[in-house]
Amino acid sequence: MAIEDDVLVVGGGLAGTTAALAAAERDVQVRLVSYRQSTLRNASGLIDILGYTPAGDGPLVDPFEALDDLPTGHPYERVGSEAVREALAFFDGIVGDAYAGAHTDANALVPTHGGTVKPTARYPTSTAAGLASDDRDALLVGFETLPDFEAPLAASHLEAAGAPFTARGVTVRFPGIVRDDAKVTRYAHLLDHDETVETPAGETTAREALAETVRTHLEGEARVGFPAVLGDDRADAVRADLGDRLGVDVFEVPMGPPSLPGIRLEDLLYEALEAAGVRVTTGVPVVDYETDGERTNATDPERIDRVVVDRNGAEVPHRATQYVLATGGLVGKGVQSERDGVFEPLFDCHVPQPADRYDWFVDDVFGDQPYARFGLPVDRDLRPLDAGDDPEFSNLRAAGAVLGGYDFAAEKSGSGVSLATGYVAGRRAAEGCR
Amino acid sequence: MPRDTEVLVLGGGSTGCGIARDLAMRGLEVTLVERGNLTDGTTGRMHGLLHSGGRYAVSDQASATECIEENEILRGIAGHCVEETGGLFVQRPEDSDEYFQEKLEGCRECGIPARVLSGREAREVEPYLADDVARAIEVPDGAVDPFRLCVANAIDAENHGARVETHAEVVDLLRDGDDIYGVEVRHESGPGKRTHASPGTTEEITADYVVNATGAWAGQIGAMADLEIEVRPSKGVMTIMNVRQVDTVINRCRPKGDADIIVPHETTAILGTTDEEVSDPDDYPEEQWEVDQMIDTLSELVPILEEARTIRSFWGVRPLYEPPGTGTQDPTDITRDFFLLDHADRDGVAGMSSIVGGKFTTYRAMAEEIADHVCDKLGVTASCSTADEPLPGSENIETLEAGMDDFGLRSPVARRSTQRLGSRASEVLETDEPNPVICQCEGVTRAEIRDAISQSGSDLNAVRIRTRASMGNCQGGFCCQNMANELHPTYDEETVREALDELFQERWKGERHALWGEQLSQAMLNYALHATTMNRDHDPASATGDVDFAAFDGGRTASDRVDGTQGAD
Repeated sequence: MAIEDDVLVVGGGLAGTTAALAAAERDVQVRLVSYRQSTLRNASGLIDILGYTPAGDGPLVDPFEALDDLPTGHPYERVGSEAVREALAFFDGIVGDAYAGAHTDANALVPTHGGTVKPTARYPTSTAAGLASDDRDALLVGFETLPDFEAPLAASHLEAAGAPFTARGVTVRFPGIVRDDAKVTRYAHLLDHDETVETPAGETTAREALAETVRTHLEGEARVGFPAVLGDDRADAVRADLGDRLGVDVFEVPMGPPSLPGIRLEDLLYEALEAAGVRVTTGVPVVDYETDGERTNATDPERIDRVVVDRNGAEVPHRATQYVLATGGLVGKGVQSERDGVFEPLFDCHVPQPADRYDWFVDDVFGDQPYARFGLPVDRDLRPLDAGDDPEFSNLRAAGAVLGGYDFAAEKSGSGVSLATGYVAGRRAAEGCR
Repeated sequence: MPRDTEVLVLGGGSTGCGIARDLAMRGLEVTLVERGNLTDGTTGRMHGLLHSGGRYAVSDQASATECIEENEILRGIAGHCVEETGGLFVQRPEDSDEYFQEKLEGCRECGIPARVLSGREAREVEPYLADDVARAIEVPDGAVDPFRLCVANAIDAENHGARVETHAEVVDLLRDGDDIYGVEVRHESGPGKRTHASPGTTEEITADYVVNATGAWAGQIGAMADLEIEVRPSKGVMTIMNVRQVDTVINRCRPKGDADIIVPHETTAILGTTDEEVSDPDDYPEEQWEVDQMIDTLSELVPILEEARTIRSFWGVRPLYEPPGTGTQDPTDITRDFFLLDHADRDGVAGMSSIVGGKFTTYRAMAEEIADHVCDKLGVTASCSTADEPLPGSENIETLEAGMDDFGLRSPVARRSTQRLGSRASEVLETDEPNPVICQCEGVTRAEIRDAISQSGSDLNAVRIRTRASMGNCQGGFCCQNMANELHPTYDEETVREALDELFQERWKGERHALWGEQLSQAMLNYALHATTMNRDHDPASATGDVDFAAFDGGRTASDRVDGTQGAD
C-alpha cells in the first residue's frame, strides 16, 4: 500500500519547508520527507535576497532593483521579481516578530563573526541592535573558550571596513562554562535556564554573572554584542534580561556552524509545518522512483507515479500528484559528483557541467567558481529541464540550492532563492493538484 | 675582512637544516636562509616514507644500506617524528616471482630485516589488501613527518646559536674574482620572524663558507655566480586520502613504476607517485591524469581506494643530479645518491659547495658528510654528534609517555598533541588559561597554535606545518579563521587578514585536485562559510572604495532604543 498525498516535498531545508507551507495554504494534503540534517544549522539565520550582482557589484542597497537585470536562467529570473517579494512577505508572515527588516527595501549590513559585514534583507531580531548602519558605539564581547569569535579583532575589522561607529572588543570568561570544549548549545542552555553558577564572588545565576562580568568593561556604549549563543528556546528573554541589567541594547553576532540562529529558524519552520498540517518524516531517504508510463505523445515528459522511501530498511512507496525536489546543492548532497561527472542522485535530472573536471574550478579561491553554479536548469514553472531543454517530468519542480545557474555564496542570495523558488514551487504544485 | 658568519647555508629543507644543526653543534657560527617557509621546497612535498632501504635493495644496494642505517638512527633521535608502521612489498599475480626473490635477497644482503608473508598473512596485517595479492615481504619501513623533523633540526640549530631566516630569498651571490663570500637576500618583511604587511628589506650576509643546499633550485643559485650545476628536477604527485586505509606502508613489489606506494601518515594515507623531468622547479604542470593514475593503479593493491575520499593532491620536485656526460634518459633511472660539488675543485671558484641529489631518509648522513667537508675547509676539527643527540621533542620520550598526564585535554586530543610535541608537550600545553581546540580535524589546541606562532610570526602556513592544523578533512574551512584569530592582538587586524587569506588560498591550491565526491561538497561548504556568512570574498575592509553605510537599513526608527536616537533609514 502506497502512502498517498497531494504534494510530496523531498528535502527539509529552507526551500523544502517553504514549498510545503506554500502548498499547504492551498488546501491540499502535503507531506515532507527529508533525509539528512538540514544545512540551516550551518547557516547564519540571516535571510539574504541579493547582496552583490553576479558581476560582483555591491553591496547592493536595494536588492529588488537588481533582480530584473539578472541573467536568463538565474533562479530569480525564472520566477520573476514579484514572486520574490511575495515569498518574502510569506516568510515574514511565518516568522513574525522573530525577524526584522521588513520596514524597508534596503539591505541591512550585519556584522558577522569574522568582523566583516554581510548584506541581508531580513535578520533575526537578536541581531537587530547590531546593524552596522546604526551609528551608536558598540562593545563586542568574546569568550575565552569560544575561539570562533575574537571580539577585539572583530572590532578592529569593523573599523577597517569603515563602520560609522566606534567598536571595542573584550574577551572574558563565560561564567559557568567549565570545559574548554563546551558546545554552543551549552552556553545557550545555561542562559535559557538561568542556571546557578559559581563565581569568585560566590553563587549567582548565569545571566547575572555574565552581566556583572561585562559591566566592568562598559565605557558608555549603548549596545553590546555577543557571539550568537544567547539562549535557544528563551533567547528573547535572555537578551532582554541582559539588556536590562546592563542598561544597553544587546545583540548577537552570527557565527559559523553549529549556528543557534540557524537552529532557531529551523525550529520556527518546523513548528509552522506542524501548525499547517504538513506530515513530516525526517531521517528517511528517497531511494527510487517510478513513472506511470502514461503519456499521449512520445515527446511529452513522463509523469512520476511514486517514489520509494527507505524507512529503516523497509521500502515504502509514497505517491503524490505533484512532487517538489528541494534536496539542496553540493553541501546538502542534492547535487553529487564522482571523478567523471556531476549528477542529481534521486531522479537523475540533467546537471550541466564542463566535461573536464579541471574546468569545474578556477585557481583563485574566491574567483568565479563554476562548481558553485552546479545544479539543475529549470523552466519558468521550475520544472527541471533535460539536455534538450524539455521538462524531465511533468509533475516535478525543483527549489532551493539544487538549482543551478547562480552562486549563492558570492551573491549572498542563498536564502532568498530558497524562499522564492520554494514558495513558487509549492504554490504551483498545489495548483497542479486541481 | 671580518665576516658576518662562519658558514652560510642556503636552503631550509631537510638537508640545509640538517647541515645547520650539525655545524652549530660542532660550535661553528651558522646562518641559514630560506626563501619561503622551512620545508617549502622538496622536503614538505614528499610522501612521508621513512625508507627501510627495501625500495633500493635490488637497484642500488649502497643507498639501501645507508637507508637502513639512517632509519635506525632517526628512530632514536627523532622518535616524535617517526611512526614505526612497518612496510610490505606486495606481489600481485602479474608481478614477477623472480623479482620478488631478488628483492628478498637484496634486503638480506643490505642488512634490512625481511620476512615473507603469504597472501592470507598479509591480509591479516592489512585487511583491505586485494584478495589476489599473492604474497608480501615485510620490512621496517616507517612514516615520518618531514615538517616536524625539519623544524626540529632548525630549532636545535638555533638552540646552538645559529641564525635561521625564513622568507629571505637569495637574490645574488657575492663573488670577488674566484671567491664567493656571501649572498644578498631580500627579506620579505624585514629580518626576524615574518610579519605580513611589513615592508621588505635587503641584506648582504658575508661568510667564510657558503653551502648551497637548495636542491632542485641549486642550478638557479649557481647561475648567479656563472656556475653550471646540472640538476634535473623531476616531479612526482602525491594524493592524500581522508583516512588511513592502511596502517602499514604498502609498496608494489616490481622493478619500478609510477603509483606504487601508499604511506599511512597521521590521520591520512598518501598515495605516490610519478617521476617526470621538468624544466623549472617552480613552474610545471600539475595534471589530472597523474591523480587519476594514483587512484586507478593503487586500487589494484587496495581496492577501496577507488571509492575513497581524497582531500588534496600535491606535487614535489626531486633534486636529481647526475654528473655531466652520464646521459640517463629516463629520470627513474637517475641515481638517488647525493653529490657534493666543491666549486673550487670543479670550477676553480672557492668559498662554496653545492649539494644535489639525495633523499630525505638519509638527510642526516648527507649533512654529516657535508659538515665534515666544511670543517675541513675551515680547519675545524670538531666531530659530528647528530647521530647520538636527540632532537628537541625527542628527549626522554619513554619516560615522558609513562608520566604523561593529559593537561586537562580530552584524551584523544591530548594523545595527538603529545605525539606531535614529544618531550616539549608539558612546556607547551601546561597553562592556567582556557585551552580550547582550534582545529577539530587534527586535535590542535590554542596552546599549541600559540607556541607555533611564537616560533614563526604571523605566517599561518608555518603554523600549519608545525601543528597540522588545517591539514585534515575540512582543509581549513572550519579552522583557518580560528587559527588567524590567535594571531591577534600580537599582530594587528590587517596583518591577520592577510595571513588568513594566504592560508585559505594555500589550502585551496591542493584541494583543487580532489574536487569530486565528498571533497567537492566540502569545498562548497568551505566556500559558503567564508563567503556567505563572513563575506570574505567582498570584505569592505579589503575592497577599494567606501561603503555608504547610511544608505543601508539602520534598524527601525526606534524610540525604544537605549539612547533614544534615530536609525539611519
